Parts: sequence; C-alpha cells; structure tokens
Amino acid sequence: MTAIRFLVNGAPVELEAPGMRRLLDVLREDLGLTGTKEGCGEGECGACSVILDGDVVDSCLIPACQVDGRIIRTVEGLAALTPDGRILDDLQAAFLATGGAQCGICTPGMLLAARVYLDAGGGPDEDAIREAIAGNLCRCTGYTKIVEAIALAAETGRRPAGA
Amino acid sequence: MPVEPPVETPRDLAEAFRLMALSPRTPIAGGTDLMVRITGEIGSPPDQVLDLSRLEELRGIALEDGRLTLGALTTYAEIRRSGLVARSLPVLAEAAATVGAVQIQNRGTLGGNIANASPAGDTLPLLLALEAVIEVGGARGERSIPADQFWIAYRTTALAPDELVLRVRIPLVEARQVRFRKVGTRRAQAISKVVLALAWEQADRKDRWSHVRLALGSVADRPIRARSTELYLEGSRATLETADGAAETVAAEIRPIDDVRSTADYRRQVTARILHRIIRDAGGW
Ligand SMILES: Cc1cc2nc3c(=O)[nH]c(=O)nc-3n(C[C@H](O)[C@H](O)[C@H](O)COP(=O)(O)OP(=O)(O)OC[C@H]3O[C@@H](n4cnc5c(N)ncnc54)[C@H](O)[C@@H]3O)c2cc1C
Ligand code: FES
Ligand code: FES
Repeated sequence: MTAIRFLVNGAPVELEAPGMRRLLDVLREDLGLTGTKEGCGEGECGACSVILDGDVVDSCLIPACQVDGRIIRTVEGLAALTPDGRILDDLQAAFLATGGAQCGICTPGMLLAARVYLDAGGGPDEDAIREAIAGNLCRCTGYTKIVEAIALAAETGRRPAGA
Repeated sequence: MPVEPPVETPRDLAEAFRLMALSPRTPIAGGTDLMVRITGEIGSPPDQVLDLSRLEELRGIALEDGRLTLGALTTYAEIRRSGLVARSLPVLAEAAATVGAVQIQNRGTLGGNIANASPAGDTLPLLLALEAVIEVGGARGERSIPADQFWIAYRTTALAPDELVLRVRIPLVEARQVRFRKVGTRRAQAISKVVLALAWEQADRKDRWSHVRLALGSVADRPIRARSTELYLEGSRATLETADGAAETVAAEIRPIDDVRSTADYRRQVTARILHRIIRDAGGW
C-alpha cells in the first residue's frame, strides 16, 4: 500500500492504495466517482478518459502511484457548482441540445476529450474535432451528433460573455 | 479485477539502478503497453514493477554535437509539440502523430516503444533508418547500442535484465531525405499492417542516392532493415526503372506472415507499392 495524494475536481484526496491499482478503479471504487466508465480496460475505447494535469488520458492505463501530487478532472467536475445549483458546462449543454448522447457510456470520455480540445483553442472544424475524439469510441450515435455538439460548444464558447 | 503487483518509485536514476540490480523488476513508463498486461488477458502480469515516471534524468529533448537526443520518457505528445523536432527532424513528429490517439500520445513514451520491442512498434523502423543509437544503463554502467543491434529476436532486445533504456541519439545529416509511412486499418488507434521508413542522402534532386537505409515494421518477427533493397537503391536515381526494380526487390526480400491484422500477401504488395510511390514522388514524375 502507498499513500497517494492528489486533487480531484479541485478537492484534495488522500488514500492508501496499491501503487499499481488503476486510476480508473481508484476513482470508481475508492472514491465513488462512477461517472468515469470502463469499456475495454485496454486503452482502445476512451470511456475511462479523465484529464490529468491538463492532458486527456485513459485512466485504465494509469497506475495510482503515477498520480501522486497531480491534478485530475473527471466528468463530475465539468458542471459548475453555484448557490443556485449546478450549471452545465457549454459542452454538456451542447450534447443535450444536439442529442450527442444516447446510452451515455462514451459520454463522460467524449466530454473530457472535447473539453481539452476546446481549452487548447480548438474550433468547430469537423476534421480537427474528429481527430480530437479519435481515441473515444461510441457504439450508439454514429458520431455525427457528437461532432455537432462539440462544434456547437466551440461556437458558444467563442461568443463574448453575456452574448 | 486486475492484478496489483508491488511497485516502487525511485526518485533518481542511481536509486533506480540499485533497485534493478537487487532483483529484476519490470519497468513502467507511460504504461500504455504494461497496464494492458495487468488485466492478465494479454500476456502474464509482472511480479514486481519499477515506476520510472519520476526520473527527471530520462526526460527532455536536446541538440548535442549534431545529434538529436531524446530521453526515454519523452512522450509522443512532447515530440509533436517540440520546436526542436519540428526544425531538425520533422519526420519524427510525423511518426509520433500516427501512434494511437491523443490519450495514448499523451502517455506513451519513446523508451517504452523501444523496450516493448513489438514487431509493429511504429517508431522502430524510423530509428533503424536514421541509424539511431540507443543508450542503456544500469548499476554496472552505461553503453550505446546501434538500433540495428537492438531488436535481436521476437520481442527480444539487447537489454540486460538489470538495464534501462536511458535515451536515444539520432545523428542529424545535412543532405538526408527521410520518408515515413504507416498503413493500418484506420488512422487512429490502429496497430500497423506495414510501417516503412526510408532515408537516403542526396545534395541535389538530380543526384544519385547514397547511404540508403530502408527499414520495415510488421513484416517480420522484429523491425528489420531491408538490406538487399538498400543495396539495390544505393547509387541509383529516382527513375521509373529504379522504382520498379526496388519494389520487386523488396517484395522478394521480405517474409511477412498472415495474422489477425493482415495477410502476408497484402503486406508484401503494400510494402512494394509504398516504396514505389516514395521513389516516384522523390523523382517528381
Ligand atoms: C490503444 C493503444 C494504441 C496504441 N497504438 C500504438 C501505435 O499506433 N503504434 C505503436 O507503436 N504503439 C502503439 N501502442 C503501444 C504503446 O502505446 C507504445 O508502444 C508506447 O510507446 C509504449 O510506451 P509506454 O511508455 O506506455 O510503455 P510502458 O507500457 O510503460 O512499457 C512498455 C514496455 O517497455 C518496458 N520499458 C518502458 N520504459 C523502459 C525503459 N526506459 N527502460 C527499459 N524498459 C522500459 C516496460 O517494462 C514494458 O515492458 C498502443 C497502445 C494502446 C493501448
Ligand atoms: S476502458 Fe480505458 S480505454 Fe477503454
Ligand atoms: S452514446 Fe452509447 S456509446 Fe456513445
């Protein structure tokens, strides 16, 4: 067992876990953050995507010992918590608007891959969006609605505040 | 549930060397190959793991004595972002961009690709064609291994059990041309059916080719140099006859196999066609 400390969605956590436990299992089993999904367990599908120090990564491929001291963002950290309740992130709102989610298994990973893409200045260009989510598989939507959602969020995010 | 073998995280290289000398441990860098093994579904999980991720000595990209040096922990994302790589060896960034998808590029390392020794490892043919030198080390000291002596059998390297890959040095050659091609099922996340890297020297487009190096992945039990085809191309010009002859030579030279990803026949034909196309483009006809 190793003592592991990191930030999840802005909150510090500290736990004792085997250093080779998958970050995916730490999040879901130890911390109860079940928004992060397991699809393949081998890096192919992106359902387990989280943001680690600003980069999108597959949490099924990351041992707990490598996140000590790091900053993690999961899908639970996307919506803003305000006194009036949760306010959805632009991307979440856009997925709702376009029908970008069906069964929802791929959605948390899609949202986080897309979040990193937009945060890096990505725009509504379809090819660029498809490259950004190439590591995230969806069995339901056929991707079109997902690409539309990300493009929509890219447009929304570009509007000046209050517009 | 996946196996959770014991792991240690050394803070510097000396400590890592000491632990490796104590008893064999399986290193983990980005984990994109190793973590797939802990589920026990592909290969057997390691007994004891050494986490390399905190070894700052194994990071960084630098230009030293006309050679591009990349630490073993350099990720594909770092290679793609590097201004130094873009200026001195853009083909390396081109190759890095074909690996996995963004999640894999953010974690997977050059050292991991080298040590994992998959016949389909995408950077390996490029390292062979560029005559890279792989620097390895352990408690007994460091040594340099030329790329063409590193992958010695199926998934087997010249590394001793107590050694780590430390860095790669790639000589930068003024008049060198390099081409990299990968053929997979789709653009992202695909294990290669064929990888090809070709390098040659030529001061002017009209000149004869010299110092030709052709390396291939996924067509043998390890990444290989195609030496008969290199000899065929040495001293030639990029004409139609050269392209036809080189394509024929490479098709006869390699012995690919049928497997789940492709057939021997497809691999032989595609390799020949890619080479033909590269020579045609180089000749500008
Ligand atoms: C979904 C997916 C897609 C992929 N796509 C591609 C692809 O397109 N092309 C491709 O080539 N590969 C691909 N890979 C394989 C993998 O990402 C690469 O081989 C990567 O470079 C491995 O690096 P790593 O740091 O993650 O290795 P790790 O998993 O950490 O280690 C790999 C092996 O090397 C050993 N090792 C690592 N570093 C060292 C070192 N410094 N010294 C000694 N031994 C060491 C480990 O013990 C282990 O046996 C893919 C993998 C996945 C899961
Ligand atoms: S569960 Fe991690 S990539 Fe599929
Ligand atoms: S919505 Fe079902 S997998 Fe994407």
